[in-house]
Amino acid sequence: MRTPFRLGLAGLAAASLLAAGCSSSPSSSSSGGYNWSNATSAASGGGMSALVKAAKAEGTLNVIALPNDWANYGTIIKDFSAKYGIKVNSIQPSDSSAQEVTYIQQKKGTSVSADVLDVGGSVATASTSLFAPYEVATWSSIPAGLKDSSGLYVGDYGGYMSVGYDSAKFGTITSLSQLLGSKFKNDVALNGNPTEANAALNGVMMASLAEGGSAGSIADGVNFFHKLKVAGNFNTTQATPDTIKAGTTPVVFNWDYLNTASVVGQSASTWKLFIPANATLGGFYYQAINKDAPHPAAARLWEEFLFSQAAVGGQNLWLEGGARPAEQAAMTTNGSINQTAAAALPPVTGTPIFLTQAQATVAATYLAANWPKAIS
Amino acid sequence: MAAATATKTGARPVRAGRRPPLAWVGTVPFLAYAGIFLLLPTGIVVWNAFKGNSGGWTLSNISALNTGPVRTAFKGSIELCVISSVAGAVLGAILAYAVASGNPEGLIRRLYLAGSGVLAQFGGVTLAFAFLATIGPAGLLFKAGWYSNFPWGIGLIYAYFQIPLMVLVFLPAIDGLKIQWREAAENLGGSTWHYWRYIAGPLLTPAFTGAALLLFANALSAFATIEAWEDQINYVVPQSISGSLISEVGLANAHEGDALALGLIVVVVIVMTGYFFLQRRAARWQS
Repeated sequence: MRTPFRLGLAGLAAASLLAAGCSSSPSSSSSGGYNWSNATSAASGGGMSALVKAAKAEGTLNVIALPNDWANYGTIIKDFSAKYGIKVNSIQPSDSSAQEVTYIQQKKGTSVSADVLDVGGSVATASTSLFAPYEVATWSSIPAGLKDSSGLYVGDYGGYMSVGYDSAKFGTITSLSQLLGSKFKNDVALNGNPTEANAALNGVMMASLAEGGSAGSIADGVNFFHKLKVAGNFNTTQATPDTIKAGTTPVVFNWDYLNTASVVGQSASTWKLFIPANATLGGFYYQAINKDAPHPAAARLWEEFLFSQAAVGGQNLWLEGGARPAEQAAMTTNGSINQTAAAALPPVTGTPIFLTQAQATVAATYLAANWPKAIS
Repeated sequence: MAAATATKTGARPVRAGRRPPLAWVGTVPFLAYAGIFLLLPTGIVVWNAFKGNSGGWTLSNISALNTGPVRTAFKGSIELCVISSVAGAVLGAILAYAVASGNPEGLIRRLYLAGSGVLAQFGGVTLAFAFLATIGPAGLLFKAGWYSNFPWGIGLIYAYFQIPLMVLVFLPAIDGLKIQWREAAENLGGSTWHYWRYIAGPLLTPAFTGAALLLFANALSAFATIEAWEDQINYVVPQSISGSLISEVGLANAHEGDALALGLIVVVVIVMTGYFFLQRRAARWQS
């Protein structure tokens, strides 16, 4: 959803233009007489068992931009499918959030459109006219700051910006300023271009905080990467598990749940990560239901599954993938949390900072004007 | 039979050589193909380039073309295309000539053609990685300092598919040169220079410029290779178009992407117009 790996984009765009013209209309959503497109909670449609029944009747769920190795989504999709006997179509797993929105606009009214979205904050707040309001059963367990008051989007999981690195090559790293040293020649990479990818923007913002800046300005971070570039240490290709395996990007700025040894395919004894003490920058992704979802009941059942506190429910599954689920605090209190997985999360010191939408917009605008100059 | 019958019954005879009235039907598949895959997308791009994000018509997408990063991207695109197409055309033509002068049934020729066929399609992430792993920062052979240089480093990588493509498209033209022409030139006292200057050169020029143009367009639209080579700076226009479509930090604007694509169309139209006049001049003596 945000590791843009943009092969054949033009071809896809052209193909979708054509496909949009000839797809069939969505299957009727009136199974059992109730139109689940209007349901703002499971209760409003007759309760959980009615929802399960209607979703099973639809039989299919279309998800988009969910890479299997992203926050445990591979397992989550498999478990959901096994539990309810619903076939899950995973569309364009490596799309960006912006592409998700474009996709549902282009496929509007067709059976191949995506039912549910997982998007960054900027895209979520800018696209609410495309979403259907829905409150999951555990709505009250979700912190107020993470949910839209009318239920149009809701924070699902998040993490902290971290630096992953090969400790066999560099020893222990504890601060960003060490990365300017001469042993990091061409080794430090971002997960994407910060003018395009949310994770990369937050990587630069983390550098900004570590350099003593505030969340209101990303300038210090841009300056840090300028210094990194001048020192010859900034590797301007996009870091992926493949580049890490190939050894070309041994130091990577990324969300902690994407930077663990298991996700990047490295040995846990050598691939370490740290969250800088003076720059604890958190970020969440958001769930939203397409208001023109071709499978409205399955879409809502998927949300119930993602926010379920059960042992095999979305919240604990995300946690097992190294991400911090939205209901973590409530689950810690009521004891439903997977304690082993919670204990395995990278330690966080200092006061976490979360960018507001306004701060993220200021940062993006600054990057658009200054990023290319700083690093060329 | 039909004609004979018609004549016998005294109706107008069918005139010989006249095309049957439905001959145009044969062009329908081509016109439909060109219409759907060339004209329609072009029309959509042009239309959308003048649309605003909130609907309605606007020139703001076009005026966004006149900003620093976009100017840099267009300059970069043209630099990279000129360098890689000129180098590809010249080196590919020499290679094609070497292949053509060998045994037409020989193993070398077959190897070269098969190799060129494969390498001309070799692009994208795999190509970028091949260079990264051999001469790039992770180079096994050596670590080239100029690997990350724009346009020369990426130009070299582009040459890797441009040269084989040139061999493929230019070889038929060289094969068309008859050995008798060279013998005739020599019999009349002409030197090698005379042969190339007055016979082979003029004959090959239209094919050469046409092939070079193909290489230019090939480089202009290439995206995956340069994107894998460099993620942070939009050196060329296709990278900027990608950014305008996929940015999830609030900078996406698909209509600006359409305007950028329109800019590329204008570049191609300018180059094609130049090609047309060049071709007309080159072909003048042939008619």
